[in-house]
Amino acid sequence: MRYLTDRKRAEGKGAGHSGTEHHWHMQVSAVGLALIVPTFLYVFGSALGGTHDEVLATFARPIPAILTGLVLVFGLLHFKNGAQIMIEDYWRGTTRKAALMFTTAFTYGLIATGLFALAKMAL
Amino acid sequence: MVQLTLPKNSRMTVGKTWPKPEGAKNLRKVQIYRWNPDDGKNPRLDTYWVDMDSCGPMVLDVLIKIKNEIDPTLTFRRSCREGICGSCAMNIDGRNTLACIFGTDEIRGDIKIYPLPHMPVVKDLIPDLTHFYAQHASIMPWLETKTNRPAKEWRQSIEDRKKLDGLYECVMCASCSTSCPSYWWNGDKYLGPAALLHAYRWLIDSRDEATGERLDQLEDPFKLYRCHTIMNCAKTCPKGLNPAKAISHIKKMMVERHV
Repeated sequence: MRYLTDRKRAEGKGAGHSGTEHHWHMQVSAVGLALIVPTFLYVFGSALGGTHDEVLATFARPIPAILTGLVLVFGLLHFKNGAQIMIEDYWRGTTRKAALMFTTAFTYGLIATGLFALAKMAL
Repeated sequence: MVQLTLPKNSRMTVGKTWPKPEGAKNLRKVQIYRWNPDDGKNPRLDTYWVDMDSCGPMVLDVLIKIKNEIDPTLTFRRSCREGICGSCAMNIDGRNTLACIFGTDEIRGDIKIYPLPHMPVVKDLIPDLTHFYAQHASIMPWLETKTNRPAKEWRQSIEDRKKLDGLYECVMCASCSTSCPSYWWNGDKYLGPAALLHAYRWLIDSRDEATGERLDQLEDPFKLYRCHTIMNCAKTCPKGLNPAKAISHIKKMMVERHV
């Protein structure tokens, strides 16, 4: 039991003066992804069922390769920001901080792996 | 992680079933959450039978009849009986609303009444709103000015006054905040729909000169950005207001400061 006033409990440590950038990034990436994901799915879908060489040829072309790179980077950054919101919603204390660190590392790892695979196919 | 189950001492038990009134023909079964901090027992669900032929049409009439004629220990807040004071907010038939303006004819089957969800209970249907009120106070719900006070009054155009419609009507009943899952999980930091609706009411007041300071105080991942536009607040508001819309306008103002 701590003898804090109700107002002090409500105000806590004050405002973090952040969050707007995260919110705006989510809005922008959502709109961007709404445009590029359908195009990516079309390109990816048209390559499905082809031989190994045909798939390599598809992703060696500039537009499919750039599109895939954009989806990888911005899709996964959007995932990271969304996961951050969920973690902050439902987890507390050290678990929250550890989960945020893990998600960030996992996302950057996925982006790096994806870009490496794309480079191997495209170059 | 957030607590998804009730602690042992908060789990519901079967309560007392009160006898049916003799000679009554139009009976309605009413189940009410009961908890007394003094008896050390778990909460229970008591069952009452109310003669609707001798009872008013609103849920608050039912509660007052039960308290007056059946069980005087039943505890609840009430005052104006016309949806202005916000005292009698409770969870009726699964919806947070004001008992005084919610008709029994709107409920199919048994009438089930609980206190506002996810708040500490003082007794029976009375939630502890201390933190809720402190959060409201923290958004400075008053006119802040820097210019010298005018000789007569702070003037406002008809158009600017109209912007406050749909905001000033809030009676702080807490129905919206206690229906919001984000407020359930992070109510210690997240201000909740009611406080944010009031924050927006002062943000767009043409006479207020502390817009920047108000936005500074709200710019926080938890105070403001826990709102995920779930819209429970707008669905449940007994006054028909839309706190989610007000919150989205605050977010828009925040973005306008940055972009």
